[in-house]
Amino acid sequence: MRLLPTCPCFLGASLLVCVTLPLAAGGGANASQSRPAEINVTHVPVVTVKWHHVETSYLVALWILVAGLNSKLKSFFPESALLIISGFILGGIVWGADKAQTFKLVPRNFFYFLLPQIILDTGYFMPNKLFFSNLGAILVHAVIGTCWNAAAVGISLWGCYLGGAMGNLQIGLLQFLLFGSLLAAVDPVAVIAVFEEVHVNEVLFIWVFGESLLNDGVTVVLYNVFDAFVSLGGEKINAGEIIKGIVSFFVVAFGGSLIGVVFAILISLLTKYTGKVQIIEAGFIFVLGYLSYLTAEMLSLSAILSVTFCGVCCQKYVNANMDEKSVTAVRYAMKVFANGSETMIFVFLGVTAIDTDIWVWNTGFILLTLLFVLVYRFMGVFFLTWILNRYRLVPIELIDQIVMSFGGLRGAVAYGLAASLDETRIKEKNLMITTTLIVVYFTVILQGLTMKPLVKWLKVKRVSPTELKLIEKVNNRAFEHILAAMEDISGRIGDNWWTRGWKRFEDTYITWFLMKPEARKNRDYLFSIFHKLNLEDAINYVTEAEKRGSLAFLNQTDGTIVNFEKKLRFSGVMPDIMSELDFGEKSNISDIKDTVPSVSLNIHEHEMKRMNEDFNAHHLLQQHLYRSRKNHRHKYSRSNFSINQSEDEVQEIFQRTMRSRLESFKSAKMGVTPAKKITKHPKKDPNHKTTDKSKKHPYGDEDFEFSEADSAYSGDGGATGGSSQRRGTYTMGAGVENPAFMPEMDTPPPPWVTEAEADTSVAPSQGAQRYLPWSPRNLHRLAPLRISDRSTDSFLMADAPATEESSEESPQQPSQRDGTHM
Amino acid sequence: MGSTNSTLSKIPNAGDLMQETGFSPAHIVRLYDRYKALDKDKKGHLCPQDFGAIKELAMNPIKQVCQEVLDFPSFVRILAHFRPVDKNRPKDPNSPEHINSRSNKLKFIFQLYDQDKDGKISRQELLQVLRTMLEKQVTEEQLESIADRTIQEADLDRDDAISFDEFRKSMEKVNIEHKMSIRFLR
Repeated sequence: MRLLPTCPCFLGASLLVCVTLPLAAGGGANASQSRPAEINVTHVPVVTVKWHHVETSYLVALWILVAGLNSKLKSFFPESALLIISGFILGGIVWGADKAQTFKLVPRNFFYFLLPQIILDTGYFMPNKLFFSNLGAILVHAVIGTCWNAAAVGISLWGCYLGGAMGNLQIGLLQFLLFGSLLAAVDPVAVIAVFEEVHVNEVLFIWVFGESLLNDGVTVVLYNVFDAFVSLGGEKINAGEIIKGIVSFFVVAFGGSLIGVVFAILISLLTKYTGKVQIIEAGFIFVLGYLSYLTAEMLSLSAILSVTFCGVCCQKYVNANMDEKSVTAVRYAMKVFANGSETMIFVFLGVTAIDTDIWVWNTGFILLTLLFVLVYRFMGVFFLTWILNRYRLVPIELIDQIVMSFGGLRGAVAYGLAASLDETRIKEKNLMITTTLIVVYFTVILQGLTMKPLVKWLKVKRVSPTELKLIEKVNNRAFEHILAAMEDISGRIGDNWWTRGWKRFEDTYITWFLMKPEARKNRDYLFSIFHKLNLEDAINYVTEAEKRGSLAFLNQTDGTIVNFEKKLRFSGVMPDIMSELDFGEKSNISDIKDTVPSVSLNIHEHEMKRMNEDFNAHHLLQQHLYRSRKNHRHKYSRSNFSINQSEDEVQEIFQRTMRSRLESFKSAKMGVTPAKKITKHPKKDPNHKTTDKSKKHPYGDEDFEFSEADSAYSGDGGATGGSSQRRGTYTMGAGVENPAFMPEMDTPPPPWVTEAEADTSVAPSQGAQRYLPWSPRNLHRLAPLRISDRSTDSFLMADAPATEESSEESPQQPSQRDGTHM
Repeated sequence: MGSTNSTLSKIPNAGDLMQETGFSPAHIVRLYDRYKALDKDKKGHLCPQDFGAIKELAMNPIKQVCQEVLDFPSFVRILAHFRPVDKNRPKDPNSPEHINSRSNKLKFIFQLYDQDKDGKISRQELLQVLRTMLEKQVTEEQLESIADRTIQEADLDRDDAISFDEFRKSMEKVNIEHKMSIRFLR
C-alpha cells in the first residue's frame, strides 16, 4: 500500500546513506576494501569492476530497498519494527563480514543529519489549531511528566541498586538520575511511526505527539544538568547549582522556541520577497529550518523545540506567499526527507545492536529499568490526566489514558543521548547503552505491534473518516459564533476570546508584515491559482473525453476545441462533468454536444444548476464560512497526504464568478443589461440587524462585499473592502462601465423590496446611489447598488464634493449603527 | 458569602432559577450583576439596544439571539443552555430534563434558526442563516444550492423543511456537549 510513496523515500534514503556513510563507517578498514596491491598494467583495461569503491554504499542502499519492499507485512507489523529487524539482519551480515561493526549509528550523525528533517517535517505539518488549543495539557505532560519519569526511574533504580539487585556496578545516584533523564523522553520519531498507522482521535494524538516534541526541552536540560553534576561530583552540588539547573530549563526551553520563531519570521519574510526566484525558494525553507536547528544547538538550547516552532509558525505564511508549485514541492520534499531519515534511523538502530563491543548484560538492571519505565509512565499519565480533567470541558476517558500511556515510546533520541555519554566519567556507559537499546526495541517493536490491536480492542474513539454533512458544518460554525456571542453577553473571557483576540491581532499586524501584499489582499489567494488549475483541468478534460470517446465534438476542428476549452475554463463545467461521467450518466453529454459550436454560456448555466451536487455545496460551504475558526482536517500521516482539497471548490466558485463576469461583460457590450443577481439581504426582517453594507461594484454581481468590518475596525475593513473592490475593477479590464446601466432590472424585484423601491426603474444617479444606503433607516432596505467610496472609478472620482461628504458621513456611521442595530 | 446571600435575596425567584438551571448561587449573583450592567437605562429588562452596546457582538454574524426583550429569568435560562453537561448532577426522574441537556441545547439552536416558530426550518430560514454566516463572494445561486443540499441531506420526510427530529438526527455525530458549552458557566 505504501509502496509508491516509499520509492522516492528510498531514493532519498540511499542518497542520504551515500552521504553519511563515510562518516558512519567509523573508519574501520575492511579487508576487502583495501586496494589491491600494485598490479602490473600490461594492457589497457576496457572495463574494470570496481566493487570496492562502491561496496558500502551499494550494500546499504540495496538493503534499504529490500527493507522497504516489505509492504506485505505492513498491515499488522508497524513499519518501524520491520525496519529495526531489517537492521538486525543487515548488522549481522556486516558484522559477519567485518567482525566489527562499521555501520554504527554515530550520535553526531544522528543528531545533525538525521533528526532535523524529521522534526521540521512534523512542525511544518502540525495541525496548528489543535496544537495550540491543547497546548496547556501538552506542556503539563511534557514538563511535569518527563521530570517525574526521570526522577522516578532514576531513584527507583538507585534504590534497587542499593538493595543489591544489580550486583556490583560502579555507579552512583547522580548517574542513575542521568540515566533516568535520558530514558525519560518520549520519542517523536517512534510516536509518529506507530501512531500514524493507528488513527486515534485527534485529542489523544495531539497530546502524545505534542508531548513527544516538547519534552525535548526538558530532556536537554535534565541531561546537561545531570551531566554537569556528574562531572562536579556529588559534593559540590548545593542549592545554587540546583537553582541554576531550574533557571536553565526556562532559558533552554524558551530560548529554543524563540530561535525557532525568529527563523520562522525569517523564512516568511524571505518567501515574501522571492516571487522572482520561485525555483529556489523551496530550498530556503529547508536551509533555514536546518539553520535554526544548528543555531539552537550551538547555543546549547533545545534544538528540537527550535525546529518545531520554526515549522509551526512559518507554515501558514509560507503557504500563502509561495507559488503553488513551490508549496507542493516543499511538501513532497519534506516527506521524502523525513521518511528517508526515519527509515535510516530505524535501520541503524537495528544495525547498532549487532556489536559485541557494547553488550554488557546485567539482568537486574535491564529488567528493572524496563519495568520502571513502563510503570512510571502509566502512573504519570494517569495522575496528570486526572488533574487536567478537572479543568476540561470534556474529560479524557480512561481508555484514552491507557493508550496514551502505552504510547510512551522511547526511540533513537534516547539512544543518541546514551551513546554520547562520556565513558571516562560514566564507567557503565556500555551497560546504559545496552539497556537503552533494549528499552527502545521493547517499546518500538512490542508496543508498536500491540498498539493497533489494543486500540481496536479497547474501542478507542477513532478519527471518523466520513466527511461531515453540510448541516453539521453549518452548525459547527454557527456554534462557534454563538459561543462567542454568549461569552460576550455574559461578560466573561472564555477560551474563544483568546482565539478571537489572537486572530484579530494576527490579521492586522502579522499578516501585514509577513505576507505578500497580493496574498494578503486576496486571502482567498487561490484565485490566482485558478487560471493554472483551470488550464490543467481543460487539458485533463480533453484527455479524459478522448478516453471515453463519446464526445463527438472532439472530432471537429481545432477551432472548436479551442472554443470549447475557453468556454469550459470560464464555465466551470468540467469538474461536474467529470464526476457525472464517472457515475456513468450520459445525459449531460448530449447537451454539451449541442452547445459546443457557439460561445454561448447560457446553456452551461443550466448545466451548472443541474449539477449542483454535494461536491459544490460542501466545498463551497467549507471555503466560505466566516473565518472565525477554520476547521482543519489534520494531516499527520507521514505517507498519506493530499493536496489541500479546498482548491477544487474555490476553483468552481471562481469559474462561476468568471462565467457571470463574462456574461455581464458580454451583455454590457451588447448593450443588454443582464439579469442582475441582486444582493439579497435578509432585510425583510426588520429586526435582523446586519452590519453588512453591501457594496456592489460595477461588474461583479458576486463580488458584493460584506464589509462587516466597518462597524468595528473601520480602517481594516475599509482597506480590504476597498482593495477587493479595486481588484474587481481591474481584472475585467473592460474599461469603465457606466453604472447607469446597472439598475435595469429585468427580473421582477424580489418580494421583499418595498414598494417605493420597486418603483425605481430608473437608475438612481451616482450621488443618490451613494447616499441611499447610508441613512440609518435605509440600512435595512434593499438598495440594489451601492458604489464603494473607495472605488477608483473615474465617474465617481468626478463627484468631488460628494466624496467629502461621504467621508464625513462614514465616521458617523459606526456610532449611528451602534445605536440602531444590535 | 454574606454579600452573595443578601444580593441573592434581592433577585426574585432566585431559588427556582437555581433549581431549574443548575447554576450555583455565586453564578446567579454574577449573572445578575452582569444583567444590571447591561441594562443601562435601568428598565428592568434587556432590549435589543442593550445588546447592541456590546461592541464585540457587532462582529458576530449571529444576532438573532438578542432579538426579544429579556427579563432576568430568561436571560439566565438562555445562558444556562451553555453550561457544560453535568454528569454528576442527580436527575430527578419526575422533573423535566436539565436545561443544559443535549436535547435542550439542540432545541435552543433549532429555535434560533426557526424564526417564525412553526417548528420547522424552512428553506427561507435556512437561507437566511447561511447568508449571515457566509462571507463575500457567495452568489445567491450558490447560497441556494447549499441550502437545497443541506435540506436534502437532513430532510427525511421530504417536506422541504427540517423538523426538530430531523435536525436532531442529523446532528447525532456532532459532539454537542463540547461544542455548545462554555467552561466558566459550569
